[in-house]
Amino acid sequence: MTVIAERPAPAGVQPKHLKRLEAESIGIMREVVAEFRNPVMLYSIGKDSTVMVHLARKAFYPAKPPFPLLHIDTGWKFREMIAFRDATARRLELDLLVHTNDEGTARGISPITSGSALHTAVMKTEALKQALNRYGFDAAFGGARRDEEKCRAKERIFSLRSAGHGWNPKNQRPELWRLYNTRLREAESMRVFPLSNWTERDVWEYIAAEDIAVVPLYFAALRPVVSRSGVWIMVDDERLPLEPGERPQMRCVRFRTLGCYPLTGAIESTAATAAEIVAELRHTRWSERQGRLIDTDEEAAMERKKREGYF
Amino acid sequence: MVGGEGACRQRDKDLLRFLTCGSVDDGKSTLIGRLLYDCALILDDQLAALQRESRRLGTAGEDIDFSLLLDGLEDERQQRITIDVAYRFFATPERAFVVADTPGHEQYTRNMATGASTSELAVILVDARKGVLPQTKRHAFICSLLGIRRIVLAVNKMDLVGFKEGCFEEIATRFSAFAAGLGGTSIRAIPLAAKSGDNVTARSARTPWYRGPTLLEHLHSVEVSNGGGQRPFRFPVQWVNRPNGEFRGYCGTIASGRIAPGEEVLIAGSGRCARVKEIVTFEGTLECARAGDAVTLTLESEIDIARGDLLADPGAPPEFVDQFAAHVIWLSEHPLVPGRSYWMKIGTRTVTATVTTLKHRIDVNTLAHLADRTLELNEVGFCNLSTNVPVAFDPYEVDRDTGAFILIDRFTNETAGAGMIAFGLRRASNLHWQTLTVGREQRAALKEQRAAVLWFTGLSGAGKSTIADLVEKQLLAYGRHTMLLDGDNVRHGLNRDLGFTDADRVENIRRVGEVAKLMTEAGLIVLCSFISPFRAERRMVRELTAPTAFLEIFVDTPLDECIRRDPKGLYANARAGRIPHFTGIDSAYETPEAPEMRLTTIGATPERIAEHVLDELRHRDII
Repeated sequence: MTVIAERPAPAGVQPKHLKRLEAESIGIMREVVAEFRNPVMLYSIGKDSTVMVHLARKAFYPAKPPFPLLHIDTGWKFREMIAFRDATARRLELDLLVHTNDEGTARGISPITSGSALHTAVMKTEALKQALNRYGFDAAFGGARRDEEKCRAKERIFSLRSAGHGWNPKNQRPELWRLYNTRLREAESMRVFPLSNWTERDVWEYIAAEDIAVVPLYFAALRPVVSRSGVWIMVDDERLPLEPGERPQMRCVRFRTLGCYPLTGAIESTAATAAEIVAELRHTRWSERQGRLIDTDEEAAMERKKREGYF
Repeated sequence: MVGGEGACRQRDKDLLRFLTCGSVDDGKSTLIGRLLYDCALILDDQLAALQRESRRLGTAGEDIDFSLLLDGLEDERQQRITIDVAYRFFATPERAFVVADTPGHEQYTRNMATGASTSELAVILVDARKGVLPQTKRHAFICSLLGIRRIVLAVNKMDLVGFKEGCFEEIATRFSAFAAGLGGTSIRAIPLAAKSGDNVTARSARTPWYRGPTLLEHLHSVEVSNGGGQRPFRFPVQWVNRPNGEFRGYCGTIASGRIAPGEEVLIAGSGRCARVKEIVTFEGTLECARAGDAVTLTLESEIDIARGDLLADPGAPPEFVDQFAAHVIWLSEHPLVPGRSYWMKIGTRTVTATVTTLKHRIDVNTLAHLADRTLELNEVGFCNLSTNVPVAFDPYEVDRDTGAFILIDRFTNETAGAGMIAFGLRRASNLHWQTLTVGREQRAALKEQRAAVLWFTGLSGAGKSTIADLVEKQLLAYGRHTMLLDGDNVRHGLNRDLGFTDADRVENIRRVGEVAKLMTEAGLIVLCSFISPFRAERRMVRELTAPTAFLEIFVDTPLDECIRRDPKGLYANARAGRIPHFTGIDSAYETPEAPEMRLTTIGATPERIAEHVLDELRHRDII
């Protein structure tokens, strides 16, 4: 077995492979701006979105990114995420759109009472489609990476969506070299993934090297949590109903991915900086999505959701 | 300035992109799974899921079926095959890797080509029991065509042949003999057993006769290309950044070479040069930038540069032509038809292109050159192409970035073909267009009219020729100079060599378009009466004859009515199977989407309809 142990790159100098990934992502973003009429950047507030926004600032410097950010707010994000979102948009002077499926809220859809599948379908997938239709976006950047999930590993960087926003994995356009086919027919749209070829570790190494601010929830701290289905769920507000006998306890935890708080598990960790996270990832034996309750519903859950329009 | 001295030096860890390919069941996915597993890159929850699914499907007995790690689509897991390319990423202390796991089935060759297009090295797997198969050769050929110069021949499943040296040597020798015909490819053969891990990351005790590196050692030591750093400067302009009146920057990724402020760049094809003022990045201006860097250049002089232009080293300019020869891999279910117009994306530029001649098709098993008229899905041909405007390029062999293009179907928008330019055809540079003093305008003015093309399209029996004939009679009565080209009539002469296959129909229309164009040059009003069933060709003629006025006139008679009329008895014959490829019966008619005129023939006399056309010509100031 090869032992994985690495010198960290000297501060301020990017490892060459990060430089190449960065250039590729910038090239993809510029291509979208040059070829599409009305692009938007999906902003989930997570680390990948944060890196994507950072890359967008680089790609169009000295201009500001020539497209708005769009956050699909399910109403169940961690409070710190919303605070970070608003502070980031203000600090970077970015144009931020927030959309919530009000119809879903009115129907009382929630991850607690409706279950994760219905909540995701109504408050994320459906909400996203509403927002894309409302603003008439023809291209939407997403921060998904191919190493997250094996069905993502099969998706193109420029991924065509039908008029109903569906993905057809059987009929993907061959994507050769850096020659992206950006042509659309009436009502079709494109999802574009500039971070396709990044890994979780690349993202953290990049955050460390570039000193990018991320939501503090990624860093270990004492937080009130309860243990459910083998993962730690944070009691972020009073909406999380506690089961009989269940009492929140303070644990030193952090999040590897961030979603709706009742659906996102934390891990026990002491990594309190990006560099410490990079070190932790070198030794971890668990993948990033283990904390996401949403993917484990069924085999191929992700592919089905994507066919229906999920990012 | 940041960067300084070190800005152009290679930095520490590099990235190697490679693909695994080879025939079905030769163990591609297993090999990648083994590499990841041995590098401790399959994590516990992934491993647990993998074990669960392996046991459930029972494909590998009690062992782990590594292919399940990569076959990410429902269809793939159900059919137990790899259909689309999957990308995996892993890193060791020495290097970062992107590996494309590509399908082995012949029908998915296009997805294999996708994986090869961005790879620098190919691991071609061979089952030691089966040896070199046609698919092994096909993949080696496509890798070579796409510019991969380093091949690892992974002779897998050595455990099943008792780790015999002779068996390995024979396969390696046979493959090398075939690969010698590919030219310039270095081959490293490695005996492996991916399932048990022999010679993957650890040297096997069972192959004492093998003195070479393990697969991982080889992947670590193989030299990664410098990304074109030594070649002349090439910079396709991707986007012009103009945030305000003062700043004008040209954004793009350097395809090859290097650049520094103060150096001169040529705007390919224009003959104009400019000096680089600054290399602008978010981190500050740079002292130099090299191949692979995504930067923004500002220039010292204001010149007109747009997306699609190629900035180049004035001392070593790229070629700039509108005709060239290229290898084309066909990616679409609809065959390549010479003469049909496609969108062509090359670098950051999109133009229209047609394949003028399919010189030969290449049999990928024998590398033999075969004569053919079209290319089907997954076939490879060597073609002459012509573009509507000249484009700048380097031969693909020299530069993958500036020598590659894709062809896009103009109606379905699918990526229909991938091309690699071999050389420019000197015709464009040597055969100059003779500029004439007397032109279309003058010739038309003498006749007191404007040249125009009236293109009548519709089903056989729709009434095209009847109406065209009446319109021409009227024009003649008004003293206009006209010519009528009729589908049936040209097939007796100019196009007597053409049949009714899709390819011949396209050529038929192309020739008629050229003739119509010459006649408009003579100042005539040209009436053309052709079924012309395909939108692509009608659009081609429209573009060919531009800027002359072009009226697409759709004679819209329903099929039932045409069959009822059947003036020449053709429908009766076609329905009896005596005429193949008959439009409306077993060959499609693509309805015009935005014709200048749509004529409904039911319930109106031909005379009335002809009058209607004449009104339109008056309305458009043609007569």
